[in-house]
Amino acid sequence: MAATYTPIASITLGTATATVTFSSIPQTYTDLILVGSLNTTASLDYSFRLNSDTTAIYSTTRLTGNGSAASSARLTNYTLGYINALSGATGQHSFIFNLMNYTNTTTYKSALVRYDNSATETMVRVHLYRSTSAISTISIQTDSSTFVTGSTFNLYGIQAGNA
Amino acid sequence: MAITSLSTSSLVSGVKRRRVWDQLATTDGFFQIATTTLASTAASIEFTSIPQTYTHLQIRGILRSSSIDAVKIQFNSDTGSNYSYHYLYGNGSAVGSSAGTSTSSGAGLWSMGAPNATSTFGICIYDILDYRDTNKYKTIRGLDGFDANGSGGVEIISSNWRSTSAITSVKLSPNTGGVTFQQYSSFALYGTKG
Repeated sequence: MAATYTPIASITLGTATATVTFSSIPQTYTDLILVGSLNTTASLDYSFRLNSDTTAIYSTTRLTGNGSAASSARLTNYTLGYINALSGATGQHSFIFNLMNYTNTTTYKSALVRYDNSATETMVRVHLYRSTSAISTISIQTDSSTFVTGSTFNLYGIQAGNA
Repeated sequence: MAITSLSTSSLVSGVKRRRVWDQLATTDGFFQIATTTLASTAASIEFTSIPQTYTHLQIRGILRSSSIDAVKIQFNSDTGSNYSYHYLYGNGSAVGSSAGTSTSSGAGLWSMGAPNATSTFGICIYDILDYRDTNKYKTIRGLDGFDANGSGGVEIISSNWRSTSAITSVKLSPNTGGVTFQQYSSFALYGTKG
């Protein structure tokens, strides 16, 4: 039996930053898990891009509860994949981003995201990135303002196999 | 096979129960168990002879089916009316929730596949908690969905198998007869310890 769920890289912001990038991601795992724990001081939205690709081949479907109502919405043909909702919020955010079969060059890439802002909402998302390219770079960026100092982003790899 | 422990009793006369760690083996963590990737269509995927050495199981998969359908999970080949489930979903415009009790053919997990685009796959992460605990019924929690750039959905689910038997096999299949998993669908089984 081989242990997996391996730390790949860890970023703790020493200064307020608008974009966090994991590059040269090893191509030796099956899935990637990116865990974010961050603060924002301004109301903002943030999103991911894969392989620095800015073409309109991202789409997502979300399910959100905000304490009074549940809702679902979809974005198609976007140039990025939103992690939180378009309403944005300040405060403490956390997310777990599961990118499946990221080295597979036969399939488009899909991701499942659990996002929470304890002050405003909880959410699940499914994403599609319509490219068969293997993923070597993930960036997380804000639409405006910055992630505050002390925000953390940790990337892990999970490797499937047969014990 | 890695050495996981070594008694020194045979090496040091008169000393027993001393062990030497090989500095490679780990006792806690997240471990590979098995992976199945389809080379052609299949009616189901099954993991059998699951080791009884972990605390929880996790299934992570990408899947595409011949038509949009649910995934059902069955344990230990049990097709009796011993399953129940709840789910909460969003389809891009509406939200909904449903439940099933005493379902006869599995856990009835909603949402799978995207047959309208050959490279688009649904994805799922299912946790099977305390799978070998013979003092409790078994619980699954899951997050799954698919997005096809204009259609699809995402959901959270919970399901229960009313059996105290340790789980030794897990079978995943489309909920509707005649529907198949498509080529390149892939499921990986992991175990957690600690």
